[in-house]
Amino acid sequence: MIALLRRDLMLAFRAGGGFGLGLAFFLIVTVLVPFSVGPQSDLLSTIAPGVLWLGALLACLLSLDRLLALDFEDGTLDLLATAPLPLEAALSIKALSHWLTTGLPLVIAAPVLGVMLNLAPAGFIWVIASLALGTPALSVIGTFGAALTVGIKRGGLLMSLLVLPLYVPTLIFGAEAARRGAIGLDGTTPLILLAGITLGTIALMPFASAAVLRMTLR
Amino acid sequence: MSLWEYANPVKFLGLSARLQPYLWAAAGLCVTVGLVWGFFWTPDDFRQGSTVKIIYLHVPAALMAINAWFMMLVTSLIWLVRRHHVSALAAKAAAPVGITMTLIALVTGAIWGQPMWGTWWAWDPRLTSFLILFLFYLGYIALWEAIDDPDTAADLTSVLCLVGSVFAVLSRYAVNFWNQGLHQGTSVPVATGGRTVADVFWYPLLISMVGFGLLFLALVLYRTGTEIRLRRSRALLARSRGDA
Amino acid sequence: MALCIQGVAVARGGVPVLSGVSFTVAPGTALILRGPNGAGKTTLLRTIAGLQPPLSGRIDGAEETIAYAGHADGLKAMLSVTENLTFWAQVFGQSDIDAALAAYQLDPLADRLAGTLSAGQKRRLGLARLMVTGRPIWVLDEPTVSLDAQAVAMFAQAVTAHLAAGGMALIATHIDLGLNAETFDITPYRAQPEQRSGASDEAFL
Repeated sequence: MIALLRRDLMLAFRAGGGFGLGLAFFLIVTVLVPFSVGPQSDLLSTIAPGVLWLGALLACLLSLDRLLALDFEDGTLDLLATAPLPLEAALSIKALSHWLTTGLPLVIAAPVLGVMLNLAPAGFIWVIASLALGTPALSVIGTFGAALTVGIKRGGLLMSLLVLPLYVPTLIFGAEAARRGAIGLDGTTPLILLAGITLGTIALMPFASAAVLRMTLR
Repeated sequence: MSLWEYANPVKFLGLSARLQPYLWAAAGLCVTVGLVWGFFWTPDDFRQGSTVKIIYLHVPAALMAINAWFMMLVTSLIWLVRRHHVSALAAKAAAPVGITMTLIALVTGAIWGQPMWGTWWAWDPRLTSFLILFLFYLGYIALWEAIDDPDTAADLTSVLCLVGSVFAVLSRYAVNFWNQGLHQGTSVPVATGGRTVADVFWYPLLISMVGFGLLFLALVLYRTGTEIRLRRSRALLARSRGDA
Repeated sequence: MALCIQGVAVARGGVPVLSGVSFTVAPGTALILRGPNGAGKTTLLRTIAGLQPPLSGRIDGAEETIAYAGHADGLKAMLSVTENLTFWAQVFGQSDIDAALAAYQLDPLADRLAGTLSAGQKRRLGLARLMVTGRPIWVLDEPTVSLDAQAVAMFAQAVTAHLAAGGMALIATHIDLGLNAETFDITPYRAQPEQRSGASDEAFL
């Protein structure tokens, strides 16, 4: 398992691996928002938690395409399916490496972008906490979407269509916690619910993903 | 004599052909009676005026939109566990009917909402939940269309339906948490047994709901038959190519 | 433990292609699968490797014992030869890759990125992967594609050594490897349309 994680991280960091692509996308989306809604600082400050969450979600989605498709094309998935490592574990590791290369940098970058969006000082901790708790769920659910569409040619768009509705509860609770925090309210309740979703998906989604992947490889 | 015998496509088609004329007739009768009674022979509501009459379209459509997904969930489970092809095809056949019902519920809701709430659309939990349901239907149908191998398609869409159901329920609670809405409480509370609708409105509504249910059943049987014949012609084609 | 195939039927895309296939591969022996294109060799091998379920029949001795090599080698262009091989060794719980490197004369290429190798060199790396899995049964689908005569000899030698150590090999190929192995022609096992084989579209006929 460690070997798979190390290999995936190594691939992500080498040239053409796509590390930083999601981060750059996050940056650009966030920078484009003031251009589209105007530079009024109070307006930006109101929408900042939501924009950060939506940007992080889209950045996650962007990199899901490569998560399994490359391994499918070069036959790695066939070989992994016959390896002693259970496919469920392999997919959990894949999701983990996706989170380490996409989700974690987003969490770290969010405060910087929060400054640009004039996020209220009280909101920073809530934005970071909700993103740190929520992005693992995005990676795990995304792995399921990637496994569903990996056998389909040009499945990227279809994957977005399938994954985005599944992201709704995570987005609602995550953005709600950040929003409440930013206006000085207590965001503990949505944060706990968000943590519940994250833990639940981490525990259960790999089984669905592995089942779906076995059907695709057949 | 077991229920599972109707999982045989030939038996299923036979039974469905015998049932369908009655179903279509009963569905047509109930829908017509329910709608005509509701539209022309019920008094206007003292608060909502004649706009309330859209309820005879709105409520049954919304009911069937959810029931159609529930039916797909059950048939998907049957496919995954017992691998009866008819079950998977029935799920496939139900999806477009379900999405149409969802669309009707959304559109009639908007038409009703405009005079009542002064807006076509509000991010009310019920409306939002239906919108999310619509997205789930869309993804489900798109996945069926995208996969060539029919058995793989049935497998993948079934898992999507199961996972989607869990997330649909989660979304429902999340949306409730997110925004308390404008929508009136349910007209037909199943759990409590009480009714918020007076008898004069209730009977035509009930007939209309039964009619929509029968209509749904007839449509699904008809569409499942079409899917079975499509598969049969594909199988015959594949076989004749294999022989050549 | 031997690999034992009994009355196996397989389908490709819902259409049965083979039925009633039975053979046994005993420890220390190899079996060469032959058959025309489209006969179902790849489908049969994938079934034996556990990637798809058989329509009917039994496959014994295939649990956690098979190293499968299909048309694609599962190599990453941005990893070096050593890194690719080490990864697969670790996935299978092994650590020694030197023997595999030596057997396919990959030592001079050890630090090259797999993406810069020629097709034949990649294939050699893909075959070297089998040696680091530590599994007794090699299931190989057209292993000699894009190999030159010298590399084919290396491959034959590696298989011979594997067999001598008590391993087994099931190889679908068209060329003569010079192995002391039985040949199994799958042509007679082509699925007959009227047979009730339980394929996916069977119920609709």
